[in-house]
Amino acid sequence: MSELFYNAVPNATRVAPPLAEPREYPHEKPQKVYLFGTCVVDLFYPEAGMDAIHLLEREGICVDYPQGQSCCGQPAYTSGYTDQARQVARAQLALFAGDYPVVVPSGSCAGMLREHYADLFKDEPDTLKQVQALAARTYELAEFLLFVCKVQLNDSGAPVKVALHTSCSARREMNTHLHGRELLAQLRNVERVDHSHESECCGFGGTFSVRMPDISGAMVADKTRALQDSGAHQVLSADCGCLMNINGALEKQQAALRGQHLASFLWQRTGGER
Amino acid sequence: MNAALIPTVEVSEDFRTRAHQALGDAQLRNNFRNAMDSLMSKRAASFSDAHEREHLRALGNAVRARALSKLPDLLEQLEANLTRNGVTVHWAETVEEANAIVLSIIRRREATQVIKGKSMVSEEMEMNHVLAAQGIECLESDMGEFIVQLDHEKPSHIIMPAIHKNASQVASLFHEKLGVEYTKDVDQLIQIGRRVLREKFFEADIGVSGVNFAVAETGTLLLVENEGNGRMSTTVPPVHIAVTGIEKVVENLRDVVPLLSLLTRSALGQPITTYVNMISGPRKADELDGPEEVHLVLLDNGRSQAFADSELRQTLNCIRCGACMNHCPVYTRIGGHTYGEVYPGPIGKIITPHMVGLAKVPDHPSASSLCGACGEVCPVKIPIPALLRRLREENVKAPDSPHPVMRGQGSKYSRQERFIWNAWAKLHSSPTLYRLFTFAATRLRALVPNNVGPWTQNHSAPKPAARSLHDLAREHLAKQGAR
Repeated sequence: MSELFYNAVPNATRVAPPLAEPREYPHEKPQKVYLFGTCVVDLFYPEAGMDAIHLLEREGICVDYPQGQSCCGQPAYTSGYTDQARQVARAQLALFAGDYPVVVPSGSCAGMLREHYADLFKDEPDTLKQVQALAARTYELAEFLLFVCKVQLNDSGAPVKVALHTSCSARREMNTHLHGRELLAQLRNVERVDHSHESECCGFGGTFSVRMPDISGAMVADKTRALQDSGAHQVLSADCGCLMNINGALEKQQAALRGQHLASFLWQRTGGER
Repeated sequence: MNAALIPTVEVSEDFRTRAHQALGDAQLRNNFRNAMDSLMSKRAASFSDAHEREHLRALGNAVRARALSKLPDLLEQLEANLTRNGVTVHWAETVEEANAIVLSIIRRREATQVIKGKSMVSEEMEMNHVLAAQGIECLESDMGEFIVQLDHEKPSHIIMPAIHKNASQVASLFHEKLGVEYTKDVDQLIQIGRRVLREKFFEADIGVSGVNFAVAETGTLLLVENEGNGRMSTTVPPVHIAVTGIEKVVENLRDVVPLLSLLTRSALGQPITTYVNMISGPRKADELDGPEEVHLVLLDNGRSQAFADSELRQTLNCIRCGACMNHCPVYTRIGGHTYGEVYPGPIGKIITPHMVGLAKVPDHPSASSLCGACGEVCPVKIPIPALLRRLREENVKAPDSPHPVMRGQGSKYSRQERFIWNAWAKLHSSPTLYRLFTFAATRLRALVPNNVGPWTQNHSAPKPAARSLHDLAREHLAKQGAR
């Protein structure tokens, strides 16, 4: 045979990780948690972050919000600027060093912490250990409320129909896409309606929405049409990236429908005050 | 039909322009949405047991990873066993070399007509075009390929080449090009095509096919198909030339079992294809039919570049089922032709850069929301989103970076963009700067212009909240602490 294919360096071939076991949750509620607010919530949906704090406090949990936090680094990471993403990730690491859970009101940012920080620090053994420990105690908010707090919600609102949009990271990275449904099912006056192509991406994709505005625009146009056709009075999502995309498009189309963060909806429906 | 039947003209505009045009074509959007919806439900139905599916995918991944881990040895074993079976094995590093090999066989046989079963590697080689330029007719015998060839197009999908057309578009095409009576009846259209092709199978001097799995241990070429054209192309003409990529080799026949099941179920939701051809050599002295000569052309065309990097190597796991494109929200909306290359969709975005260099397809890695639908359905668990991200990283590296891993890397390098991301990183890793930034953004929220670049093409202008979560949380938690 030709020498051709021996020129390539034969290094170890990767095998996919083994089938994921269902995540094990602590049996007892912790006394204290960190909230990683995320940059989008910080600037555009702060009320969602506050309602997440309220929900956690109502469960008797003390919330720590480190003031030095900013962003998980995902925008740079998915744009291919790995060094820059690492720099931002490293700054967060030091702020969430205590050994208690990190709760994130976003499947996408939680996914960054749980799934991708290990890739960022794969060449730094000491930091990698720290990152793996952080990943193990990182939870998406709905997941944490449902399985760690075992929350029982008491609906006090008027009958309403809602559509739930689940982010791709929640669905495919965090595997938390059914948790929102379970929480909503506890609310007796809330009817959750399906929408067409529910599992399809809303078209956000971070910088994708500005790099490829034509394609992203076609995706969000289809998503908002499906949401409007569902007959829902309100859209809910546990990811503010998707919400910014969906709400921004609905507003541009001058539609009446709007999306709200799941945390705000849950807090308001269960008698929470702002 | 004659040699003028040359496939498509090169599309000159860039990816974004083509995407813009495709998105404006309601007929095309509709054809793709309907076809992809149907393919997605067929796949889902054929994997009704999620547990079995995940175990099969894990097995498929392990089989492919094992084959790739000993690729050079398996290729050598394949060559030895094929040679023993009477098959002539040729090696080609580039498509030019592969075409030269095919042409030399054609010349030696003084052939003028070639009939071809479906083969994506022959598309890589642009074989129809190359042969036509030499005055040799090369006719596609797969119905979808036949349709796109008739319309001077390229395939828009790796499994269903004419999926961008609906029945009435095919009806008009047949009416116009074949001079038959206009009919929209799909069965009749297929019969028309089959009649044309039937003649050609007997006239052809050479049959060309692809290969789905090349089995090293037995020297067997496995070919799946649903129309019977593959069997005709590989058995009726006196010479059979199979062309394939070097990554298609598997260790033994036992390895084929899970891969075959994954392939047919992921592609069309079929438990198995109508035909599974296992080609082990030319006609023997005591046999009545089969070709006199069988050749295998093994093509590299950039694959060894992917092979050299342990992460990028996973690209070569691909068994070409097309499930990633069927489930891709981007592919569904822009269609296969927009990609402008042989392999469209998610797999196209990760494999094409190795074949043509990143510089020729600079926008491909970015044309994804990284939603992960492709990786979720890939039967051999190629982490497509992670590989797209990796290609983005290669794409923005300085072109003169040390240890280049691929041709055309750094094609999207921009000092300005790098400067912006450096500033972004500085801002988000310094609490003081970040606090100043959010303070300014919330206080000056009224100043956000109505037009903020591409974002406001689809959205209203984003307006920061009056107070940041940092502010609200600090105040709230101080109160809690004082209680």
